Amino acid sequence: MAAFHFELVSPEQLLFSGEVESVAIPGVEGQMTILRDHAPVMTTLKPGIVEVEESASKKSRIFVRGGFADVATGGLTILAEVATPVEQLDASKITQEIKNAQEDLADASGDEAKRVASEKLDQLNELKTALGL
Amino acid sequence: MPSLKDLRNRIASVKATQKITKAMQMVAAAKLRRAQTAAEAARPYAQRMGAVLTNVAGGIAPGSGPALLTGTGKDQVHLLVVCTGERGLCGAFNTAIVRLARDHINTLMGQGKTVKILCVGKKGFDQLKRQYEKQIIGVEDLRSVRNIGFANADAIGKKIMHMFEQGEFDVCTLFFSRFRSVIAQIPTANQLIPAQIAVNDNAGAGAQAAYEAEPSQEEILATLLPRNISVQVFTALLENMASFYGSQMSAMDNATRNAGEMIKKQTTLYNRSRQAMITKELIEIISGAEAL
Repeated sequence: MAAFHFELVSPEQLLFSGEVESVAIPGVEGQMTILRDHAPVMTTLKPGIVEVEESASKKSRIFVRGGFADVATGGLTILAEVATPVEQLDASKITQEIKNAQEDLADASGDEAKRVASEKLDQLNELKTALGL
Repeated sequence: MPSLKDLRNRIASVKATQKITKAMQMVAAAKLRRAQTAAEAARPYAQRMGAVLTNVAGGIAPGSGPALLTGTGKDQVHLLVVCTGERGLCGAFNTAIVRLARDHINTLMGQGKTVKILCVGKKGFDQLKRQYEKQIIGVEDLRSVRNIGFANADAIGKKIMHMFEQGEFDVCTLFFSRFRSVIAQIPTANQLIPAQIAVNDNAGAGAQAAYEAEPSQEEILATLLPRNISVQVFTALLENMASFYGSQMSAMDNATRNAGEMIKKQTTLYNRSRQAMITKELIEIISGAEAL
């Protein structure tokens, strides 16, 4: 399989930059896997796991909390709000995120804000089960 | 002519001062390194953000799009966000930013515009309130923050966004100091709202036409633009931090060097007067002995 360029950046640092075979990203409208020569697309992300496959034997998983993915001719760029490699992730961090989300929901005023906050909370809960924490 | 004891005291106190400035310089140097790494680590994100924004904004028709991109259509009320340091003892760092902001304010007021100021950092507030007390609408205190994280910048970004949504201003400009090197920090003004998008010529309209967006271009822009503001604020704060320590380091280096010169001068003076005293005493003894 041919490789393409992938970059994952969060405001604090550049987490990943290099050639990869495929990347699975959690888009708001569903999970999608980006391969080489993907049509240019731009999507927002929901909290979830980005799965990076550098080669058949070398894979890594990175947790992102929202952000954007931009597929252009030059490759894929993910602008994550917060990104942490899954190995560094533990139950307490997720619980903290969920707690924050619950507070956001409580603070939210207006239907739209409430909807966004509760969606986020659901996604985080889903993630927690998925990771088996 | 100061007495020997006076001179000794003076030298001792200058030495104590020198120790402090030396320590401050070394602390600043260590913190500068960290601040510089942080500023550099944040740069890729800001760059990609700009690129993505150019891509998306290139896809929508000129003149349309959210107000954050196109502005409110007026430029009557200006919001100036002035980012300075929280502490002094850093040379002309704070003054340089404030001076740039002040020039800007005076030009705007001369044109009959309404100016509102949001101060980030205590020093800028202290300097600006003397002249523009009425225009200042808020101060963000970051003194308790040790390491500036994205959350701090996001809070300020949200505040700016909130005010914009309330229609409290039309144009927003950010003032901070860009870190070029330890000896060069450049005070910079950066327009946040309406967003300034670099026009990417070589991408061309044809390449952008095939861009797909999920959920929709408008929705993406609506989340991307507020985020861009926070990112810009974050970059500004980090650049400011690095500039602050760079400025402080060279200021303290100067102070240490000046103290060294002063000690040298005073020591020469001290030795000379001590020698003069000994000579005087010797002459007295010798002339006393000769008189016998």
